[in-house]
Amino acid sequence: MVRVRDLKFSLRAFARAYPWRRIDPIPVTHLAQPIACCRVGLVSTAGLVVPGDVPFDAGRRGGDFSCRVIPADSEVRMLEEHHRSDAFDHAGIAADRNMGLPLDRLHDMAAAGDLGEVAPRHVSLMGSITARGRLVRHTLPVVADLFIEDRVDVVLLVPV
Amino acid sequence: MGLAQAELERRGIVTASITMLPEITARIGVPRSLEVPFPLGYPLGVPNEPGVQRAILGSLLRLLESDDVPVVGRFTAAGS
Repeated sequence: MVRVRDLKFSLRAFARAYPWRRIDPIPVTHLAQPIACCRVGLVSTAGLVVPGDVPFDAGRRGGDFSCRVIPADSEVRMLEEHHRSDAFDHAGIAADRNMGLPLDRLHDMAAAGDLGEVAPRHVSLMGSITARGRLVRHTLPVVADLFIEDRVDVVLLVPV
Repeated sequence: MGLAQAELERRGIVTASITMLPEITARIGVPRSLEVPFPLGYPLGVPNEPGVQRAILGSLLRLLESDDVPVVGRFTAAGS
């Protein structure tokens, strides 16, 4: 893990000054069935898109709050990363897209019976969104709708 | 990421998230998170190491079995 005090100066200053909003009470849904029976989806903030899809706009003020769908049968190694933040090292994702969206691993685990099945669609966001109101109002309800429509039981969230 | 997690839980989907910055995650408040001992950009640990990546996802899935939430798990290289 990373401690805030160990971040580089600009990020450390941001992390300390940003008005992180406390979610209280924390909404909670409990599992209704064993994981081996659950349909599992992924949300990534690595800014990955399927080749040919509209790229994220790294220059957008407040951050690009849009989302992209990553179909379950996507070729993970072909996904394009559009995140331009210098807050993290991009080399890991450049070497292996599963570092940002571990879709191949989800398929492995479904085949091994560690989970029920892989959701048909997964969601890609581009992190570093400071104008979070637009994300909350416009994007996240659409993300939830998508997973509900696909009858997804569990979503694993992977930040970068 | 905490906001996305909250929206999904509110809508009836069970979630768990990876975090490399547990101090921030603790300030936001999420139902289930797994601290991983890796730098930013490396939530799944090591590129092209499927075993490590599956172990991390396995630890994440195990958090879902806890009725006692919020729950914070810790992944260690030795497995957790």
